[in-house]
Amino acid sequence: MAEEIILETRALTKEFKGFVAVKDVSLKVRRGTIHALIGPNGAGKTTCFNLLTHFLEPTRGQIFFKGGEITGSAPARIARMGLVRSFQISAVFPHLTVLENVRVALQRKRGASFDFWRSEQVLRRLDEPARELIDAVGLREFEQTVAVELPYGRKRALEIATTLALDPEMMLLDEPTAGMTHEDVGRIEALIKRVSANRTVLMVEHNLSVVSTLSDTITVLQRGEILAEGNYDSVSKNPAVIEAYLGAER
Amino acid sequence: MRHQKIALVIMAVLFALAPLAVYPVFIMKVMTFALFACAFNLLIGYGGLLSFGHAMFLGTAGYAAAHSAKVWGFPPELAILFGTGAAALLGVVTGLLAIRRQGIYFAMITLALAQMIYFYYLQVKFTGGEDGIQAVPRGTLFGFIDLSNIWAMYYTVLVIFLGGFLAIYRVIHSPFGQVLKCIRENEPRAISLGYDTTRYKLLAFVISATLAGLAGATKALVFQLASLTDVHWTMSGEVVLMTLLGGLGTIFGPVVGALIIISMENYLAQLGAWVTIVQGVIFVVCVLTFRRGVIGELASFLKKPL
Repeated sequence: MAEEIILETRALTKEFKGFVAVKDVSLKVRRGTIHALIGPNGAGKTTCFNLLTHFLEPTRGQIFFKGGEITGSAPARIARMGLVRSFQISAVFPHLTVLENVRVALQRKRGASFDFWRSEQVLRRLDEPARELIDAVGLREFEQTVAVELPYGRKRALEIATTLALDPEMMLLDEPTAGMTHEDVGRIEALIKRVSANRTVLMVEHNLSVVSTLSDTITVLQRGEILAEGNYDSVSKNPAVIEAYLGAER
Repeated sequence: MRHQKIALVIMAVLFALAPLAVYPVFIMKVMTFALFACAFNLLIGYGGLLSFGHAMFLGTAGYAAAHSAKVWGFPPELAILFGTGAAALLGVVTGLLAIRRQGIYFAMITLALAQMIYFYYLQVKFTGGEDGIQAVPRGTLFGFIDLSNIWAMYYTVLVIFLGGFLAIYRVIHSPFGQVLKCIRENEPRAISLGYDTTRYKLLAFVISATLAGLAGATKALVFQLASLTDVHWTMSGEVVLMTLLGGLGTIFGPVVGALIIISMENYLAQLGAWVTIVQGVIFVVCVLTFRRGVIGELASFLKKPL
């Protein structure tokens, strides 16, 4: 089970006009691991995420999730299959409360919410599970706060709680600690560790200390191509990676 | 929630007692436009979709109700139902075409569709072209309430208005409404949570069209007239103005907006074309100084959603 491949891409390529953002990326993510995608700015990490969740259409290549091809599936369908992403810019619903933010994700499990004739009282029973999630990310005292008023680090925590509410088999985290203060980084790091217990995480991350602590496997991208792959020790000693990061003389 | 219910009771009482002080036909006009604006507000205020063609639903329902009452002899309840149904159907068709585009493109497509509908009604025979459908019989509601009696008509309109208003209130506060608000707030995030946002937006569009139709059908019976004015693009503009002035995304805002705009048209009528200019100035002042609208500003002052 542990060695099973949950997500695989084959020769994934995305070309924008005259510019190849992602080139022949063949990635294998093992179930139950934390897999990090790193690389210098513009290496194509976020584009990769957008391709995986079909927010962008790949030019070539295929994507398989749990053994089935999802290359052409609609984004909402991919999410319902259990591959859920977070966004680089913290993606909360700004004018809803923290509780509502999480609850709307839990609401998905009811199935489609087309019942416009029913009172939202029926959602009350989701309040309790929502509170548990809010508690888990340390936002208990902010439950009734409107999301827009939360400090940045808390917004990211809220976003992770919302993503967790879907109980996804696999989470894609786009720079979960970007722009955070030191203690926020620590909190999110611990949180990711905890939630990865029975699921797979693929994350884009710049903070190398986070990457080294958390990840089982690291894939380094440069100019859209895979430069190296392995655990932290092997990758960090790879001369090509050192050059890409430090820009050694050519 | 509680203060909203109190406000609702106050509103209902005010409208119930208003004809003691004001000309009832005027208030019926306010109520039909208020319902129209509330339906429009459901779409833009809670779904984040700016339709610039909502007059097509108001007008279509008006023609359908007027025609069915006058030519086919439908009783008023069926005429209103038929008009509302026609608007709902038009909502499904136009919604399917428009909903895939966002922002200004969505607004432009709805405008284009509304213009097509307008020219269609201008040409076809049953609408009477420039004359409209006149002398529409009000008929007898459920076979025993004679609507030619002004009071019977008034309280029928009041019931329809409050019913439509409550329906919108319920939609906003339903599980569906909750998802709709999320789409307004952050559509990509809503998609990434697994919601097929297009289908939610389409349903919101159809509900909005249906209730706009209810307003249009009722209006045709009140004024015993269905005319091109109600399908003209200026009508689509007017409902935007009412909603903005009253407070976008507030529950009571559109009612207040409709009251202000209709009052101006009625009581400043002697100014003639100047009414449009006065409206324009008010619109500019609104956008520059109280962007949240009358109710929106009041709500933020009271720190309570209204």
